[in-house]
Amino acid sequence: MADQENRAGLLSGGQVSRREILKKGLIGAAGLTVLPAVIAACSSSSTATSTPAAPVATPAGATPPPAATPAAATGKVTLGSNLSDATPKAALAAAVAAFNVANPGITVTTNTIDHNTFQTTLNTYLGATPEDVITWFSGYRMRAFADQGLFVDISDLWAGATGKLYTDAVKTACTSYDGKQYMIPFDTYAWTVYYVPSLWKAKGYTVPTTLADFKTLAAKMKNDGIVPIGLGQKDGWPAMGTFDIIDLRENGYQFHVDLMAGKNKWTDPKVANVFNVWKDLLPYYQTGAAGRNWQDAVNGLLAKTTGMMLQPQAVQVAIELEKTKPGTLADLDFFSWPGHGKGFDDEAALDAPIDGFMLAKNSPNLAADTASAKTLLAFFGLGATQGIYAKADSSLIAVASDADTSGYTALQKKQVAVIGAAKKLTQFLDRDSNPAFTGPNGMGSFLIDFLSKPDQDLTPFLAKIQAFQDSLGS
Amino acid sequence: MPDKAASAAASVQPGDPGLAGAAVTPSTRLFDRFPFNRMPFIGRQRWHLLTRRDKFVLALMVGIPLVLDIALIWGSIVVDFLWSLTDWHGNGAITGGGVGHQYVGLNNYGQLFTGTYPFFWTAALHNVFWLAFLMFVATPLGILMAVILDGHIKGMAFYRTVFYLPVVLSLALVGIIWQLQYAPDWDRGFINGTLHFFGYQVPLIKDIPFVGKWFRDVSTTDWVGGPLSIIPTVIAATWRHVGYVTILYLAGLKGFDPTLREAAAIDGANSRQTFFKVVFPVMKPINIMIVVITTIEALRAFDLAFITNGGRSPLELLSTLITNNALSESTRIGFGSAIAVILAIVSLVPIVIFLAMTMREEKK
Repeated sequence: MADQENRAGLLSGGQVSRREILKKGLIGAAGLTVLPAVIAACSSSSTATSTPAAPVATPAGATPPPAATPAAATGKVTLGSNLSDATPKAALAAAVAAFNVANPGITVTTNTIDHNTFQTTLNTYLGATPEDVITWFSGYRMRAFADQGLFVDISDLWAGATGKLYTDAVKTACTSYDGKQYMIPFDTYAWTVYYVPSLWKAKGYTVPTTLADFKTLAAKMKNDGIVPIGLGQKDGWPAMGTFDIIDLRENGYQFHVDLMAGKNKWTDPKVANVFNVWKDLLPYYQTGAAGRNWQDAVNGLLAKTTGMMLQPQAVQVAIELEKTKPGTLADLDFFSWPGHGKGFDDEAALDAPIDGFMLAKNSPNLAADTASAKTLLAFFGLGATQGIYAKADSSLIAVASDADTSGYTALQKKQVAVIGAAKKLTQFLDRDSNPAFTGPNGMGSFLIDFLSKPDQDLTPFLAKIQAFQDSLGS
Repeated sequence: MPDKAASAAASVQPGDPGLAGAAVTPSTRLFDRFPFNRMPFIGRQRWHLLTRRDKFVLALMVGIPLVLDIALIWGSIVVDFLWSLTDWHGNGAITGGGVGHQYVGLNNYGQLFTGTYPFFWTAALHNVFWLAFLMFVATPLGILMAVILDGHIKGMAFYRTVFYLPVVLSLALVGIIWQLQYAPDWDRGFINGTLHFFGYQVPLIKDIPFVGKWFRDVSTTDWVGGPLSIIPTVIAATWRHVGYVTILYLAGLKGFDPTLREAAAIDGANSRQTFFKVVFPVMKPINIMIVVITTIEALRAFDLAFITNGGRSPLELLSTLITNNALSESTRIGFGSAIAVILAIVSLVPIVIFLAMTMREEKK
């Protein structure tokens, strides 16, 4: 998930503050008082917990997938993981345990790094001494690092058995500028509108299929004292999904990807149209979005104070709430963003970001570990392995076409159907464009600016975005 | 103050070679305790206070920090400046050619100053506002607290602890504490929760026509997400800064010569006149230090904004721009360095003023 754990953590904040303190040198006694605490905070965040091939029990009923290579292989491989939250961490451990069953000769050492730290320090991590295999994201977020020569070309795996398991769209998401593949896809999830069926039934709401219906429904909800559209924008990314989907419905897939890639201009009237359509919906949005994290926004949805919400992986929050409030998970459903009647509804395009694994070029052990690392990557690329992962974290689904979907929850099956029905898939705004452009002081800030001042003149606003994108060069 | 000079001389330890044969009998007379006629000589008739060993120790004590300072601080600034002339991405050759590895001259600075990077001026303005608020609201408040606490109030230690407590906390923690105050949803944020309580629960208030509605309306305010969110954020910083200034000023007031105050009282000055005409001018060294510290606090403001929303709009600060460009996935090391160079130059101004003033004091 792109930025889901982007909640600015105490640890990462502390880390940078130490830098500040060291850099600025001249500080008062108070700074010195704080220093030891901050350093302590740093070390606990950067010292990654090492779970040496944790023998986590494979979920009952999950049969170990067949070995991808002769089981006789021996060796070592290190795995740098950003899956630091409990559920995904356990899910990855289950997949690794299955690998150990299939390849007893290969030792996998997992190094779990706090998600937020991993993300902000990835550039230096990859340039220093990374693990052999690391978790990361598709699209431009992968390409930016592949282009710097920080990932190893794994086109050979794609040319083999792995490649046959994926659609061309997935392959493109794993392909860099040079036409070579650098990523093995592992899981994906759909950006859809979540709602609570029991609330809708009680109020007599029905799933809207057109934008007009959507607006009528939102107005009805507002009348009923329900917040129509939930939004938690604190981490800076959720609103990007709304821009994506409106652009896809109003201007179509091709225009959107070209805009993201810098081939279309932000000053194009078609882009202004997207913001105008969005502006008409803003009166129905939850207020205070910028100060709320997305999990709290989903909590509002589950508490039936919010009517609906465009968001991926809302299930993650429901899983947590299910522990104290059984029945939550069963009372959650979603629908695809309605059609806009602009001729692009048939594409049924949506954001479905893919997460996966890369081979880090600067790993000090890579020379010795390449064979076992590629064995591990090929294993992660199998539908059966991804099935184990998706079973342990039901907010997402497997990517491989041979994945066994029979054990999926109803919502997982629905995600498969929605993604399968889409003729075009996009990754997400921050994966379909240059990371320097989409960063916190880039599109992240521009969109917040729009949301807090929707009535501003769009011409200078879009000109600013275009000027910024132009200044980034390629 | 003759007493002090004598005690300073007395503190010279008998282990010093120059004192090896000094009289053992304790004496309060300066010359007896510190026999100038027996100090080591250099050249003819010029007595010298330092032995060769002393000089060596001094050279080490001054030299090591100096080397570290030059290497770690000035060296970094120079390297930073060189990086700022490139578009380096952080890996591989810095100017090996190709995007991300080229010399771009002053292009980065051009983008900052011409507004092509629109966040720069916003951030600079936020830093200026931060400085003004700390200087003209937080600092006077801290001085006021110090003056109040300097009087003989019961439970003085308790109050001092209360005001100083925020200073002990790191700004990151302060950020988390204030997030709990500012969270927009009434069931999560203390401020909106309180307003919500008055607007919906308290029987009398909620029924007053305009007041009740006001409470209900304000209880949905997005304290840290609206266009003016820099104000609530700087208030959180103020909470900490006030304690800081209070303690510094209180320490100064404790060392304040009470006879001056008595003299002012005899001359018929009231307490306000005493403070502004006597205490405040005498406290000049502390005042300068507080001004410098406040300026530096404003320039290094980072944690609160970063904890709150990662330094996105509307909480851009120069420091968060540096982080978000150079130390993040954006990997714009060269561009981020340019912002860092500007911040370094701006930071030098108060430091130079402070040093100049201190040195002038010493010359007197």
